[in-house]
Amino acid sequence: MKEITLEAIVDNIPVATDFINAELEAMECPMKAQMQIAIAIDELFGNIAHYAYAMKTGKVTVRVEFEKNPRSVVITFMDQGRPYDPLSAVEPDTTLNAKERSVGGLGIFLVKKTMDDVRYEYRDGQNILRIRKNV
Amino acid sequence: MTITKSGSGQNLTLALEGRLDTTTAPELDNELKASLDGVTSLVLDLEKLDYMSSAGLRVLLSAQKRMAKQGGMKVIHVNEIIMEIFDVTGFVDILTIE
Repeated sequence: MKEITLEAIVDNIPVATDFINAELEAMECPMKAQMQIAIAIDELFGNIAHYAYAMKTGKVTVRVEFEKNPRSVVITFMDQGRPYDPLSAVEPDTTLNAKERSVGGLGIFLVKKTMDDVRYEYRDGQNILRIRKNV
Repeated sequence: MTITKSGSGQNLTLALEGRLDTTTAPELDNELKASLDGVTSLVLDLEKLDYMSSAGLRVLLSAQKRMAKQGGMKVIHVNEIIMEIFDVTGFVDILTIE
């Protein structure tokens, strides 16, 4: 298990991504899964940076673990911002045409579609969001 | 992300390289805002783009909406990862992909 704690700001998304990528490369994670995980980090770290602490700033911890049976990568995002379950967001209507289309909720929707499991809990004053990708 | 511009007059091609995500999407948005006046044919070449998150989709959607009014837009050389994103989000039906 390895983790990094960063200021929850958009500029730190590449820092978190590079940190996780180094771990994924060390375990020879397939390139496609690595890119899907990078997209998930962008969505989830980005959400925390934008919304968790409103106008104030705070910290976010990103943890990476590897599991066997099935062989998978588990990444956990923890912040002490306001309680928010991103999985409760209304799913976007992906059948609308360009004119009618808005992009709200697309990020978490993408994460749910590309990861094998996404779980949220609020515990001990922390938002804990955990994603699993089988590799 | 690197954006390479080519074309002349009413034709504009933007070749994107790297990642189109929360931190880089504003660069593409600004480039489009600065370059689209008078353009009737916009091509986005994604050959060297590794991946795209919803921040990138947002910029593509607004470019598509604008180009629908003043001409057309197409997206070319889409890799497997990005095609899957277009697929699950329904963008395959919104964009012209070649």
